[in-house]
Amino acid sequence: MNATVHGLDPSVTITTLRSKDLLGIADLTPVEINLVLDTADAMKEIASRPIKKVPALRGKTVVNLFFEPSTRTRTSFEIAEKRLSADTLNIAIATSSVVKGETLADTAMNLEAMRPDMIVLRHSSSGACHLLSRICRSAIINAGDGMHEHPTQALLDAFTIRERKKQLKGLKVAIVGDLLHSRVLRSNILLLTKMGANVWVCGPPTLMPTEIARFGVTATSSVDEAVRDADVIMMLRIQLERMEGAFFPSLREYFNVFGMTEARMHLARPDVMIMHPGPMNRGVEIASEVADGPYSVILDQVANGVAVRMAVLYLLAGGAEHEEAA
Amino acid sequence: MKRLLKGGRVIDPANGIDGVRDILIDGDRIARVGTNLPAVDASVVDLAEGLVVCPGFIDMHVHLREPGQEHKETVATGTASAVAGGFTAVACMPNTNPVNDDANVTTYILDKARQANLARVYPIGAVSRGSKGDLLADIADLRKAGCVAITDDGHPVKTAILLRRALEYAGMFGMPVIEHCEDPSLKGDGVAHEGFYAASLGLRGMPGACEALGVERGVLLAELTGSAFHVAHMSARASLRAVRKGKDGGVRVTCEVAPHHFTLTDEALASPVPYDTNTKMNPPLREAADRDAMLDGITDGSVDAIATDHAPHHYDEKQVEFDRAPFGIVGLETAVPLSLDRLVHTGRIRLSRLVELLSVNPARILNVGGGTLSEGMPADITIVAPDMKVRIEAAKLRSRSKNTPFDGWELRGGVAATLVGGRPLFVNSEARISL
Repeated sequence: MNATVHGLDPSVTITTLRSKDLLGIADLTPVEINLVLDTADAMKEIASRPIKKVPALRGKTVVNLFFEPSTRTRTSFEIAEKRLSADTLNIAIATSSVVKGETLADTAMNLEAMRPDMIVLRHSSSGACHLLSRICRSAIINAGDGMHEHPTQALLDAFTIRERKKQLKGLKVAIVGDLLHSRVLRSNILLLTKMGANVWVCGPPTLMPTEIARFGVTATSSVDEAVRDADVIMMLRIQLERMEGAFFPSLREYFNVFGMTEARMHLARPDVMIMHPGPMNRGVEIASEVADGPYSVILDQVANGVAVRMAVLYLLAGGAEHEEAA
Repeated sequence: MKRLLKGGRVIDPANGIDGVRDILIDGDRIARVGTNLPAVDASVVDLAEGLVVCPGFIDMHVHLREPGQEHKETVATGTASAVAGGFTAVACMPNTNPVNDDANVTTYILDKARQANLARVYPIGAVSRGSKGDLLADIADLRKAGCVAITDDGHPVKTAILLRRALEYAGMFGMPVIEHCEDPSLKGDGVAHEGFYAASLGLRGMPGACEALGVERGVLLAELTGSAFHVAHMSARASLRAVRKGKDGGVRVTCEVAPHHFTLTDEALASPVPYDTNTKMNPPLREAADRDAMLDGITDGSVDAIATDHAPHHYDEKQVEFDRAPFGIVGLETAVPLSLDRLVHTGRIRLSRLVELLSVNPARILNVGGGTLSEGMPADITIVAPDMKVRIEAAKLRSRSKNTPFDGWELRGGVAATLVGGRPLFVNSEARISL
């Protein structure tokens, strides 16, 4: 596998990530992002084998520590870990001692005492992974922290785009929806702008982060403007409880103003890709005809998620260097 | 016992003094201020060149946490921290447990202060019972027991009508109403200043307008009632604008700024340590334009006082996720070095103006003693070493809590000694002084 994993662009000379953790896209360089994506290329092939397992993480212990409900991300990480032969265990909030009032720091220190190699953390508080990173020697992988980052989602999105469009540079990517509360948005903005894409973000002003222009994107509340000639349209989930915060009047009105319909989609380039990180609210941010239509790559994103997470796990475990040592 | 402080630069703005003077302390009082005073039977303290003798500094916004939260701070540890920071007196906020809305709580705090026998303590009572914002506390009782002002700090007074009544009622005793200015609905569940850094870190924001709305409300009601209104821990440029407008219109409004709001910005949320809970306070660290406005207000005289909002929290309480951490940092032992370094040595203000901000004006706003070195006054004296190199070390703070974002900072200027009622309660071993 080494040969394939390292069959990189000759200009790329790195084979591992600089940090012990993956806390966010903010910490990655474009070269590192390419390394992850190239490694994921090699990992994706494993899914097509009759025996979908390689020994890369044999003897490594990975803890999936999930303080928020998650089906897709947790399953994706677990499959990725198992395909790399890691020993995995899942801790969900309901079964942990957090219900007894233990702090995150104490939970982390107790886990750490059992010497895991990696901790995959999903938490509702922004920065929870940074707290863990300061406490733990294990590699921390951010599987989504509050409204901050969801780096593996952005990496799998980039992988999916690159698969179709060959490169990210110069593409017009429109991201539409609840920008304010979205960690997927923050990670995607960081990644796409680092890789030279032309990022447009669109949503109601009530759901737009402060000083969004400083993120290097073009912001608009006109969907038509955002999606016109777009190569990629990324829809973000609208959380149903946002109505109560008076961010918008009703789901019906939201769909009328911001929902992705076929008519709006046709303003984009003819080879547009429609993406969604899930879970979708059909008929709220996206019409079913679009979600299930020929331009949708939503299920490709899910499939690629496993390969990208395998790449991240592999690289943080030390990549080829670790394998050779073993 | 008599003590003669000899050869120091004395800054006493209330008496128009800024020059070399001797100060004779007799017992707990200042007996004489003059040049070449004879020692007679006094012990002579020769002050090294560069030391500055000031009326005792008064921190008008401190949380001593007692009763109820003694794991964070007590009256004894808080006043030890005060004298180590150059403060001869502190005014303590009523959000204890129970709330200081009752003369018994005031008496309890003052008893503890007497036992500690360190910095003077001026309790501030609650505006409303339990600081719940429904009914007025027994303000006359609180005053009789020793409260010098009222506030529902931690929160704004719940309704405009209650704030109006509080201003009217407290005005009868000449007590100011101190307000934590904030619009609760705009604050929402915000944990940081609404700006670029909160947005990129995914932290819920509260804008400067949230504070300024509270300031505007208070200024209007102070105008309506003719009573004294004091803006606590002001942080937003829009708030300063409202205060200036009020002052220009003759409204009795004053304001204080905390050292962290004239030194730090919201960039500290992201670096050097991302999500450091010691950068979480309310009001939050704001953007550079707000920080610069606070500096301008201090320079041009719009800001009346520097107060620390000393808010001790236990390590365990801060070692959590950012959005779950309590608001606040300790400030008593960092305020004077930060002020000297960032205000005086930058050329923004002169030392005499700093003395106004730290001593003269807090005494005036709270109508308490001190703020001058007049003959016959209690000998509450802060001796400053403006050029001393100071390194802030959180672990060495006298406060029971160590929650400061300034750990490791190297600053120019510090406290050489603190005397309360003539007693030297703090003498800095690193300053060239012996008392």
